Amino acid sequence: MEFLGYFGGVFEPVSFMLLLGGTIGGLILGATPGLSPTMAVALLIPFTFHLQPAQGLILLGAAYTSTVAGGAVSAILLKIPGAPANIATSLDGNAMAKKGEGARALHLSFLASGVGGVIGVLLLIFLTPVLAQWALAFSYSHLFWMAILGVTVIGSLDSKSFVKGLLSGCIGLWLSMIGFDDNLGAQRFIFADALAGGIHIIPALIGLFAIPQVMEMFAKGRANAAIEAIEVPKQSLLASIHELGQSMRSLSIGTIFGSIIGIIPGVGGQIAGLVAYDQARKFSPKKEKFGTGHPEGIIAAESANNAMVGPSLVPLLTLSIPGSPTAAVLLGGLIIHGIFPGSDLFDNHPQVAWTFINSMLIGQILMVIFGIYTAAWAARIARAPVPIMAAAVMVLALFGSYSVQQSMGDVYIMLSLGIGMFFLEKFGFSAAPLVLGLILGPIAESNFTTGSLIAQAQDGPIVYFMTGLLNMFLIFLVVASVAYSFWSNMVHGKSSKPMEARS
Amino acid sequence: MTASRLQHIVSSGIVLFVAVIVTWISFTQQPADAFLFPRLIAIFFIGLAVWNFIRAISGMAKVGEGLDSTSFINIVPGLVVMAVYVFFAAKSLGFYFASTIAFLTVFTIYDSVPLRDIRGWIKRILVTAIFMLVIYGLFAMLLKVQTPRGIWF
Repeated sequence: MEFLGYFGGVFEPVSFMLLLGGTIGGLILGATPGLSPTMAVALLIPFTFHLQPAQGLILLGAAYTSTVAGGAVSAILLKIPGAPANIATSLDGNAMAKKGEGARALHLSFLASGVGGVIGVLLLIFLTPVLAQWALAFSYSHLFWMAILGVTVIGSLDSKSFVKGLLSGCIGLWLSMIGFDDNLGAQRFIFADALAGGIHIIPALIGLFAIPQVMEMFAKGRANAAIEAIEVPKQSLLASIHELGQSMRSLSIGTIFGSIIGIIPGVGGQIAGLVAYDQARKFSPKKEKFGTGHPEGIIAAESANNAMVGPSLVPLLTLSIPGSPTAAVLLGGLIIHGIFPGSDLFDNHPQVAWTFINSMLIGQILMVIFGIYTAAWAARIARAPVPIMAAAVMVLALFGSYSVQQSMGDVYIMLSLGIGMFFLEKFGFSAAPLVLGLILGPIAESNFTTGSLIAQAQDGPIVYFMTGLLNMFLIFLVVASVAYSFWSNMVHGKSSKPMEARS
Repeated sequence: MTASRLQHIVSSGIVLFVAVIVTWISFTQQPADAFLFPRLIAIFFIGLAVWNFIRAISGMAKVGEGLDSTSFINIVPGLVVMAVYVFFAAKSLGFYFASTIAFLTVFTIYDSVPLRDIRGWIKRILVTAIFMLVIYGLFAMLLKVQTPRGIWF
């Protein structure tokens, strides 16, 4: 119950204003099609650089939580999911809105998000310290394997092609080695002056997540058909709360599946929403109503994608393995303040860790309140023309990446990485494992180097890195994540062939 | 939709080229101790890149929708504006002036409102001015970021 002592930090004026701003801003960004939660959090990181670590994390956590929930607004009113996590919400949400039940759909969406989110954060609160204490037993070899596991899990599970996912991870690891070697001061892979200082995480995150989206918007050209939002007639909030109380089956299914899927690294909210929706349909006596504007569909999907948020931070805060691409960006937000996940975070910076986690709990409640009352307003902003969004993100990316070190080199790196990532994504490569490689590369290398020195004084590197129960277990997980993804690719490859033949 | 075989070959060929460069540097540069970890990574990098390339030339690479000519033509003007803005204009003209021009240019290029529509121009200029005021307030006044002033501002 250590966390109870740190609630005061959330209600300090600056922290609370950031929580409020992050929640409202996140709801609007989440409701805006084309702006992903990961990109929103990446664009916010430069601002956190100027804040206290806890305050910075409060802003990022609030934005993460509310962008996922805000995506439901455009999914319901515009039938355009604000984020991949809201795909399942649009199935019934938009049908309800078309029937004149938009307010009811929005109420249920935010209430279910709030319930799922609170339970997800409670899981984060109770699981994290236990795992963090377990992480204390880790030596250099274990930390090395943990970092490699982080890259392989995201590389193999977050990508459609596991070869390209792992290749993305390798590219990220290589990018992390650019610059001067920390131990010997040797130059490594410095092909241009701008690379002499290495690749800073923040410009890289902005480039990798924001620039490809700007280019996606460019790719649409001038075809800018006006998006019509459905008008939202008023609806009693109490009636919606009562209805949610009567939909405990869908709410429980969504929350349980969201929490379980969230804790599995690399799976993410899109899967959580779709799996929960599918399970709620299977267990419902009104199966046939799903997809025609059935409230249970919204409740299952939205409770799942927000229940996923808290647990997705458990492996991040304890073992440095982000549960989702957005969590990977949050890891970057921690590291720029010199804070490393695991026992360091909870033993040396408990105020940062618990204030952040508590803020996510309060943030869930604020998200429900502001989500319900600003949803219709957010939908109007979400209809901002694509060229404005593209131009705005482009300018923000320049200022954001420059402001970190006041270096034009960072700006050049940001744009170069962003353009490169856009083309890589077009051919099946993925930004998330690349970012993980970039973030976890230095952690893997420093533990590998120190471990190698210790190994020389003992029985050699093979014995040091490859033997011992925990080493073997971690190596097994690395191999299993790759093998599972390989098997999954093979099965999907075979099962998709008949579909392709039919089409 | 998936990219053409040629597109897959070109993209995987570029990745293989990068992997070869990384591997070559890792195994030839000195001091060797500084390249111990890069060598370890390079082995996996080149192995995966070769596998990926073989899949592409044998027509087994299916993931990735590629880039069609219409999308590419749509991207080019915006990409040129973005590259000129970031690599040349921002530093030489000044961040705020260059950003104003870049914002207005991108908005104009991709706006569906015809160029001869006066109201369209008023809207574009107003939106650009408001957005740049917000950016100035955030970065210059709130965060106190010193940006290159260039020959303008």
